[in-house]
Amino acid sequence: MVVIRRGRAAGIGAPQASRKGRSTMPLLEIAQIVDARGLSCPLPIVRTAQAIKKVGPGALIEVLATDPGSVKDFAAWSRATGNAVLESSSEAGVYRFVLQRK
Amino acid sequence: MTLIAERPAGTAIDSAEQARPELKPEPEPAMESETPVKDLLIISYSGDLEKVWATLILASTSGAMGVKTRVFCTFWGLQNFVKDEKRITGENWMQKMMSVMQRPGISHRKLSRMNFLGMGPWMMGMLAKKYNVASPKELLEVAQEMGVEFIPCQMTMDMFGLKPDDMMEGMAEPVGAATVIGLMTENSVPLFI
Repeated sequence: MVVIRRGRAAGIGAPQASRKGRSTMPLLEIAQIVDARGLSCPLPIVRTAQAIKKVGPGALIEVLATDPGSVKDFAAWSRATGNAVLESSSEAGVYRFVLQRK
Repeated sequence: MTLIAERPAGTAIDSAEQARPELKPEPEPAMESETPVKDLLIISYSGDLEKVWATLILASTSGAMGVKTRVFCTFWGLQNFVKDEKRITGENWMQKMMSVMQRPGISHRKLSRMNFLGMGPWMMGMLAKKYNVASPKELLEVAQEMGVEFIPCQMTMDMFGLKPDDMMEGMAEPVGAATVIGLMTENSVPLFI
């Protein structure tokens, strides 16, 4: 389990102790947000692939999409590339994925 | 395993029970070595808007998924990848005439059916814009950025009188059918579009 915190891109990828210092749970920040809302296939995947190249290994990327096909597409993309889908959720027609570069 | 062949007649169950440990399947080898990721080879044969559009959607997605992707451009498929600004290509009058009848370039594709003097492609373009579908030109740029290799067919280059300068930036060296068959039979999933 990974706790994801939005914030500045400092210290991306390095597991950090939580503020209280008791938990050893790694705390990671989102390095980049890809806003693919409104875009049709295959642009959400393509924009994500472009963005993930620019972050380091282990860094997190958050993707927002409205394409209903993206749920299965991101799962397939993750299997093919080895980049993990840490979170997949939807709210009010917007799909949110948190991906981690391998 | 040769176990069944070696078992003497009439000693069926007991000896088979004893031999069971040997029948255990071997530990599974790592998945990667069993199912290597295949390359994708798209043969772009058609110059029709709807077909090159599908080609570029698949090629850009495949590139984005980290799959080594090649597009072999032959016959009318090669005309998709002539520079947009080239109006007339070819050396002799027949080759020139061909380029006048069907303007080459990714932004000048026609629908194979219901083209209606450009009304069809215009409406497709409007619908694509309305529903945020990337145009073939955008997809082509993205595909190249994702490392998709576009390989011209030497024979088609000669037949249409196309020079390397006529082709879009970043195309690979022209090759022949044998190279394509070689790729197809090695490790590529082939598509003919």
